[in-house]
Amino acid sequence: MALIDLANPSRFMAFVARVLPFAVALTVVAFAAGLYLAFFVAPDDYQQGATVKIMFVHVPAAWLAMFCYATMTMASLGTLVWRHPLSDVAAKAAAPIGAAFTFISLLTGSLWGKPMWGTYWVWDARLTSVLVLLIMYFGLIALWRTIEDPIRAGKAVAILTLVGAVNLPIIKFSVDWWNTLHQPASVIRLDGPTIHPTILWPLLVMALAFTLLFLVLHMMAMRNEILRRRVRTLQMRAAARQPATATAQAAE
Amino acid sequence: MFDPLFDLGPHASFITISYILVVAVIAGLILWVRIDYARQRKDLAELEARGITRRSQDVGGQDQG
Repeated sequence: MALIDLANPSRFMAFVARVLPFAVALTVVAFAAGLYLAFFVAPDDYQQGATVKIMFVHVPAAWLAMFCYATMTMASLGTLVWRHPLSDVAAKAAAPIGAAFTFISLLTGSLWGKPMWGTYWVWDARLTSVLVLLIMYFGLIALWRTIEDPIRAGKAVAILTLVGAVNLPIIKFSVDWWNTLHQPASVIRLDGPTIHPTILWPLLVMALAFTLLFLVLHMMAMRNEILRRRVRTLQMRAAARQPATATAQAAE
Repeated sequence: MFDPLFDLGPHASFITISYILVVAVIAGLILWVRIDYARQRKDLAELEARGITRRSQDVGGQDQG
C-alpha cells in the first residue's frame, strides 16, 4: 500500500487496526527498557545526584511537546494547501496529546528546579516560551470546540497553528538568545552531545518510548475523530429525514 | 549496582512525585482515548441500528470514509 492511499479515512482505519497492536507492544518494550536503564544502569550525576532521573521523563516530554506542535504545523499546511482529508483530523487529534506532554515537561521541570535551582519557577525565556506553548495548545483546543462545522474549524485552527509555529524556534533557541537559568542544549548540538553515554543512552531510549507512545495515542485519537465525524454525518442525515417523516404523518 | 527504591538521595520525594504525576497524566490520556473510542462506536452502532447509514453504504459502492 502506498503512503498516499492512507489519505482515505477508511483505509487509514484499516491500517490503524493492523498496526496498533504491534505499536503498543513496541511502546511497552521501549518503556520497560528505558526505565530499566534509567533506574538500574544510569549512574547518579556528579552534580545533580539521583535527581537526574527526573530528566529521563522531563527531556522526552519537552521534545514531544515541540514535536507534537511541529506535527500539527505540517498537518495545518496539509489542510490549507492540499486540503488533505486527514490533515485537520491529524491536527485535532494531536492537540490534547501535545498539551499533556507540555504539561508533563513543565511539571517535572518544576519538581527538578526546586531542589536544583532552589525555586519551582522562574520567568526565564525557556520556561516562559514553553508555558506559552501550553496556552497555545489550550487555545487551539478551545477554538475547535467553538466552531461547530469541523471543516471551517479545521481551517481557522490551521491558520492559528501556523501563526503559533513561530514559538518553536523561540523555545529551541531561547537558551542561546537570552541569558536563562535553564541550561543550554546538551544533546542536540553541532559539536555533539555533552552528556556522558551512561546517561545519554537511557535518555535516548526513554525518548524513543515517549515518541512511540505519541504515535500510538495519535493513531487512536485520529481513529476516534474519524468516527466522531461519521457519527456527525449520520446524525445530520437522521435530522434531515425527520421533517419528511413528520410531514408524511401529518398528511395522514 | 544499587537498589533505587532505597537510594534516591535527599531529593527522593521530588523524583517519586515526578514519576507518579507522569504516570497519572499518561494514564489519563490513555483512558480518555479509550473512553472516547467506546462512546463513538456506541453512537455509530445506535445510528446504524436505526437504519441510518452513510451514502457510500447506501449505494454499495466503495467506502469513502
